[in-house]
Amino acid sequence: MNQPDFLDVISFGPGGWGAALLAGAWMTVLIAISGFLIGSIIGTFGAWAKISGGRTIRAIADGYTTVLRGIPDLLVIYLFYFGGSAAVTAIGRFFGSEGFIGFPGFLAGALAVGITSGAQQTEVFRGAFKAVHKGEIEAAIACGMSRALRFRRIIAPLTLRHALPGMGNVWQVVLKESALVSITGVAELLRQAQVGAGSTGMPFNFYVVAGAIYLTISTFSGALLQWSERYFSRGVRRN
Amino acid sequence: MNAQVPATTPMALDVKDLHKSFGNVEVLKGISLRAREGEVVSILGSSGSGKSTLLRCINLLEVPDSGDVTVGDETIRMQRTRDGKSRPADQAQVERIRSQLGMVFQSFNLWSHKTILENVIEAPIHVQKRPRKECVEEAEALLAKVGIAEKRDHYPSHLSGGQQQRAAIARALAMRPKVMLFDEPTSALDPELVGEVLRVMRGLAEEGRTMLVVTHEMGFARDVSSRVVFLHKGLVEEDGRPEHVFVNSKSERFKQFIKG
Ligand SMILES: Nc1ncnc2c1ncn2[C@@H]1O[C@H](COP(=O)(O)OP(=O)(O)OP(=O)(O)O)[C@@H](O)[C@H]1O
Ligand SMILES: [Mg+2]
Repeated sequence: MNQPDFLDVISFGPGGWGAALLAGAWMTVLIAISGFLIGSIIGTFGAWAKISGGRTIRAIADGYTTVLRGIPDLLVIYLFYFGGSAAVTAIGRFFGSEGFIGFPGFLAGALAVGITSGAQQTEVFRGAFKAVHKGEIEAAIACGMSRALRFRRIIAPLTLRHALPGMGNVWQVVLKESALVSITGVAELLRQAQVGAGSTGMPFNFYVVAGAIYLTISTFSGALLQWSERYFSRGVRRN
Repeated sequence: MNAQVPATTPMALDVKDLHKSFGNVEVLKGISLRAREGEVVSILGSSGSGKSTLLRCINLLEVPDSGDVTVGDETIRMQRTRDGKSRPADQAQVERIRSQLGMVFQSFNLWSHKTILENVIEAPIHVQKRPRKECVEEAEALLAKVGIAEKRDHYPSHLSGGQQQRAAIARALAMRPKVMLFDEPTSALDPELVGEVLRVMRGLAEEGRTMLVVTHEMGFARDVSSRVVFLHKGLVEEDGRPEHVFVNSKSERFKQFIKG
């Protein structure tokens, strides 16, 4: 049997899978970044709700984190994808269109990843805020800073300092979780590797390459995170 | 030299009948206290007598249950919520008055993510909206005055306690406050660092700054202040000139207290 050389298969030349895999990697990064950003915004509000919300708001935030800790992330993606599709199909019907309309997989994926990582971010931010020296916040109050100014100039940067290591962990999880979005057919890295594996009959090679690309992305972003940790830890004494 | 001012000098701070409870514990039971411009008022009292709570009620870090706080000629407006709790009626007014009260904390509370200079210019630029260049120049002069000009680009964690406290004093001064509030500014310091902070505070008193100083430093209370106020269990037990109260106070508790 005459197997083509794998290096040709993943090349960027004609018939090579290089460009497709790279596009998939790019899509993976986009999903991860979107999900991570959505999660960070949710996490900010979640932490705020848990720290200074009234009883009802706190209960909602607690409910959110408890539920999302308890159900599989894959299920959340299904819920968004099929729930979203059902919703747009219904809307489509209303405007007279026939048949099933798919919810955009990218949107479903980013939202699902955002909602699940938002629960983790909520806990990360809450813990980080608790670690902020309260005297520094009192000093900000005492010199007449408004709530918004205090948040922007003092609380956010001090909280970030404590949150970054945890946020780094969440990012790594989000990056891996983005692979689950492949089930909606979005052409992200794992999906492209599956397609390549199927059409060339070289699954192992393709998955090894996909693994290497995931590792490259996480190593690179890890370095970026370390840099920002250093930046936000300025003024912290190291022994 | 004790800072004595004529009886015609305007009031800088007027606290009337302040009450404050935490839960069922009444910590301030009706405190009245006045400071004319240029006066240095030392507040003494044993641990738990309510000294910190009094200072914190003056700049609304704690919300008093009742009573009035007047800074210059502006009285902080309070209102009652439906469940009878007291709260400020106008948050903007509270923020404006806070910016006129320079607070110095026992634990310095410098912003650890900002350099010393950034700490000093932060509120003048962002709260008072003054031009950055002017703020930097003034900050540099203040840092020189408290003796840490060369630390301007260091982070607080790289300074000794005494240097941090002097930086905190410069930060408070940068707001050009009407009254300075000190809450045991030397209590967290190693003994050999107390002197440098007290020297700065003496300098401020000589300049004619209005100061309210919670302290355990009897020397400072006796030699620097215009008045000594002794708190006991949430009430003013003694209030008078140091040369008077340290010699012939009628309060047994105060006599006991200064004996140590
Ligand atoms: N936020 C708070 N919640 C509940 N109780 C408080 C609070 N702050 C102070 N107290 C109580 O109020 C009382 C007076 O406290 P305060 O800190 O004003 O005393 P102090 O005179 O400053 O004492 P010290 O010399 O130890 O600083 C204490 O019994 C303290 O436990
Ligand atoms: Mg105290």
